[in-house]
Formats: sequence, structure tokens, C-alpha cells
Amino acid sequence: MLYFVVRRTIFAVVLLIAVSFFTYVLFAALPTDPAALTCGKNCTPEVIERNRVRLGYDKPILEQYGQFVKGIFAGRTYGPEPVAVHCDAPSLGYSFKRHECVTDLITRSLPVTISLSIGAFVLWMVLGIGLGVVAALKRNRWPDRAATAFSVVGISLPTFFVGLLAVLIFTIWWPIMDFPRYTGFLDNPWKWASALILPWVTLAIVSASTYVRLTRNGVIETMNEEFVRLGLAKGLSRRVLIVKYVLRAALVPIVTIAGLDFAALLGGAVITESVFNLPGLGKLAIAAVVDSDLPVLVATTLVSAAFIVVANAVVDFCYGFLDPRVRDA
Amino acid sequence: MSGSPLLSVADLRVSFTTPDGVVRAVDGVSFDVRAGETIGIVGESGSGKSVTANAIMRLNFGERVETSGSILFDGIDLAALDDEAMRRHRGSDIAMVFQDPLSALNPFARVGAQIGEAYRIHHPKAPKSEIREVVLDSLQRVGIPEPTKRVRSYPHEFSGGMRQRIVIAMALVNDPRLLIADEPTTALDVTVQAQILELVQRIQAESGTAVLLITHDLGVIAEVTERVLVMYAGRVVEDTSVNDVFSRPSHPYTLGLLGSVRSLDSAGRGSLRAIPGAPPSLVNLPQGCAFRPRCAFDLGEGSACATTVPVLSEVGAGRSACHLGVEVRRHLIEQVGT
Repeated sequence: MLYFVVRRTIFAVVLLIAVSFFTYVLFAALPTDPAALTCGKNCTPEVIERNRVRLGYDKPILEQYGQFVKGIFAGRTYGPEPVAVHCDAPSLGYSFKRHECVTDLITRSLPVTISLSIGAFVLWMVLGIGLGVVAALKRNRWPDRAATAFSVVGISLPTFFVGLLAVLIFTIWWPIMDFPRYTGFLDNPWKWASALILPWVTLAIVSASTYVRLTRNGVIETMNEEFVRLGLAKGLSRRVLIVKYVLRAALVPIVTIAGLDFAALLGGAVITESVFNLPGLGKLAIAAVVDSDLPVLVATTLVSAAFIVVANAVVDFCYGFLDPRVRDA
Repeated sequence: MSGSPLLSVADLRVSFTTPDGVVRAVDGVSFDVRAGETIGIVGESGSGKSVTANAIMRLNFGERVETSGSILFDGIDLAALDDEAMRRHRGSDIAMVFQDPLSALNPFARVGAQIGEAYRIHHPKAPKSEIREVVLDSLQRVGIPEPTKRVRSYPHEFSGGMRQRIVIAMALVNDPRLLIADEPTTALDVTVQAQILELVQRIQAESGTAVLLITHDLGVIAEVTERVLVMYAGRVVEDTSVNDVFSRPSHPYTLGLLGSVRSLDSAGRGSLRAIPGAPPSLVNLPQGCAFRPRCAFDLGEGSACATTVPVLSEVGAGRSACHLGVEVRRHLIEQVGT
């Protein structure tokens, strides 16, 4: 088991290095001159040149990448002393559009995205697995049909539609709440939750649909397994059998997908954050694209990738923990 | 222990509703198993032998299954019990061993825990130490080496034969009075098959458990059982002692089965004789005798064979379901048989 964890961790680190490198190279390969974007209307060739040197864009790409990595661990100072800007480690760059260290931008938007993701994730897992199990147990009867209908609708409707519909219904037609405005959890937990409830539900409805199908099929498939029949033949009650044998087996593959979905969400729920005007990572990334704010773009891409890589590793650990057959493989 | 049988199945019928129609998997099966007896059910795939076994345990589920008839176990009709009462019989008085040991064990639990669970279900107040002892003892009994070490292993760490031993150990923890073994050796290598059969026999001798052995392999029957039920198309066509099945079969189908067995002493005496044709569709059984289309002794259109389902009647020490007179049958069988 220890060997498994160590091997998987090393693999994750290597993957992260590769992702960061390719992101950086891709960024450098863009036809846009990053230095030319730093000064807007005031650009003169001299200013551009000065900024290029100041931000390090005059160096060869490998050296730039080295600087970037060094910045993550040691912090980074841009430009000569009197006008120097310093970003503390871990520095992911400096946004010349917002005149701010990228790390600060990200640490500000990350809590929003994490709040959104965790709430939505919990809600959709409970909803998806719950409905899926009910559907499987009441197969071909009305609860199954209802759950199937729910999941078909959920899968078919795009996030922005459900989100806008939720806003329309709950803030305008039937105004039981104001249009959500994000407040930090520590500032006011009640406002935090009430601002997030609509986005949570929106994301949960859209994502739970897949899980209803997955869980339903997994449970039905497992119920036909020989070992479940043997469990019955041993004299296990149906309830114990379903929880201890069927769910246990059916949930293993779902954990994998759930981990990756959660990580993707952490990387920025772009559409949901835009619809509900939540200042999270997704919104930051979109703004960076619109403004050609390249350092921010690199950083958000990297952060999303890091979430996926970490989630992948965590899922693998969980898998090894959940399924003894994987542990020895 | 003479007197009333341990298990008495009477007029058992099981049908499944499928898109193609109603499949009569078991169609009026009756038989007895006396305490301590080893009885075999033999037949081709689809003859209803496994469904019969599962019906005793009430393990044929689905909303499209219909079961009727009575299954008296020690005087209690299992078919009439509520689910909870049935659950208390499963795994305690009546235990079951399945065909494929590779898929019959829960892949997520240690084998010790799985065997212990089988004991705990029926001894809810048993202390941990007692469960541990029972588990180790059962592993010992079925011949798992180093039981103290192996209890902590997972099923995938065992070979097929070892897994079947574990399934058997699990079936034995509660000292069942009836062990139903549904093709326990079919999924195993030939050498391992012999070991498992030996184990079943040893356990039977040690504990006096009655064994209902379901198989399509007459070799297995010859080795282990005392009495045989031959099933065809959901019905029992012959019910007799093991000696009679091999020396004096009294049903044309049994004769056909014997012809398709290769034994070591018949080597060189020509090829195997398969029974011509295929088993009939259980959705649409032929009128009269279900075996008629494949039977070498068919009396032809308009005869009883074509119109009436034969019932089991006494033939010597056993019973057999055929319209031909016993003498005629014997004569014909002798002619064809050797």
C-alpha cells in the first residue's frame, strides 16, 4: 500500500511539472506579444521594450519558465529597484492589466469556487446516489420512472438555462430572495449560504442527473452478481445486503468519476459563476481571456490542472482503499 | 432416521414471464430427500435443475417469477413462510454452494469476515472469540492451509478450488441439515473437481448433512450420490438409485445421457453418442412427452407419446416417466445400450 501511495505521488508531481511546462510554452507561443498588452493606449516602442525587460519577456522561453518556477517557490521581483513590484512566494506571475500579483487574485477567488464546489458536490452526490438507489430498488415502478425523468431533464438542460431559470423564479416571479451576492463564510455564514443556495441547486441538478443513471445501473448490475445471491443464501436481510454488499460494490466506480468531476468544478465552474456573478476562479479565467491577461490565464489553467492531477491521485488512493483487488495490482 | 423425509418437494412449478412468453422452467417436480442422504439432480442445461435448487432456497427473484407447490422442510412449508422466517432458514438449516466460486465471494471483504458473517447472522449474540474459533475451525475442516494466516486474505488471493472450499466452509459454519450444491465443480479444473467432490463426501460422512447435488455430469453423480433424479424440460423423468441409473436405466433420456459420457473403461469402444436434436423450448413444449422429438422409441403420431404427458410410475426400486411398458423399454434399452 505504501509503495502504491509513493509511486502514485511521484507520478502526480511529474504530471504537474509537465502540465505547467506545456501551459507556459503554449502561452509563449501565442501570437500576441505580452509586453505590448501592458500599456494599452500609452504604448510607445520604448515603453513596450521597457516593460518587456521588466517582466522578463525578453529572455528565452526556457529561462522564462525557470523564472516562473523559481517564483513559485521563492517569490519574484519585477523590474529595477525604485519601481520594482514584489510578489511573495508562491508567485504565479504579475498581472499587468490589474496591477496585482496573480497569486493574490487567485487566493481571493479560490474560496468562492471552493464554497460553490463543496456545497454543490455534497448536494449532487446525495441527490444523485439517493435517487439512483431508489430507482434501482423500485425498478420499473413510478419512483424509477420519476428518477429517470429527472435525470433526462437534468442532462438535457444546460447549466446557464437552469441557472437563469432559478434566478428568474426565485428572485423575480416568486421573490423569496435577493439576487445572490457572495459574502465570505467567515463574515456572515447565513448570507454565505443564502447567496450560494441557487448556484448549488443549479449545479446539483445538472450534475446529479449523471449520477442517478450511474448509481441505478451500478446497483442493478451488482444485484445480479453471484456474491449478492450468496449473501442472501447466507441469510442476510435485504437491507444489510443492499448497504453492505450492493452499495459497497456499486459505489466504487462512482467514486472515481465523482473525484474527477469535483476537481473539474474546483478548477472553475465558469458558467455557473458567470450566471450568478460569483467572483470565483472560473470568472477570473473568463475575465483573463477577455482582457488577454496572459499571466492570469496561465495561472488559472495551472491551478485547474493541479486540481485534476491531485484529484486523480486521491481517487487512485481511494480506489486502492475501496477495492482490495487494485491494492495488489 | 427413517420416517418422514427431511425435505419433501411436491408439485413444484416455477415459471418466468419473458418477452417471448411464459417459460415453464420447473413443471410439477416432486421428490424427497431423507436426512443424511446424498441425492443428485442431473440434466442438460435448461432442464430446470438449478431453478429447482433455487426454489428451495426461494432465490428465484424478480417480479416475473411465479412459484407454486409445497416445499416441506422438516415439516415446515418453506414456500408459505414470510420473508423474515425464510431468511432464518437460509444459511442455517439449509445452506447453498454455487457454481462459480470466482464470483460467489464478496470481492471487498476478507474471507474470514465473510465466513464469520455467515455464523453471526444466525448467532447474533456470539462473542468475537467464538466467531473466530468457528471460522478457523471451518477453514481447517475444508482443508485451507494456514487458516490463521488466510482468514485475513481477500478472495482474489485464492485459487478457484480454494475459493470453492471457502464457499463450502461458509455453508458449513451453521451445521446445516441440508446442503444444496449447485454445480459445485463445473467451474473448476478436473483435478480440483475430484478434490472438491472428495471434500463434499468427507463432510457428508462426518456431519451427516443431507446433500442435494445438482450437476450435468453423470461422473460426479456416480462418485458421490446414492439416488438420482433425472430432469428433462422442467420435469423429473427418472428417480432411482445410482446403481440402477448406470446398470439399468429405465428412461430413454437417461440412456441418451449415459451414451454421451466418456468413461475410462469405455475407451476405444467407439465415439460418444450425443442425443440427437436439442432440448425443447420451455415456452412452447410439445404436446405429450417433452422428449418425444428426440426419442428413439417414440410410438408415433396418435400414440400416448404424442398426446399425454407421461407421469412417474414405479419401475423396480425407482420411478420413471415413460409411456412404453417397462418390459418393452428394458428390452429396447438393452438392444441399443450395449
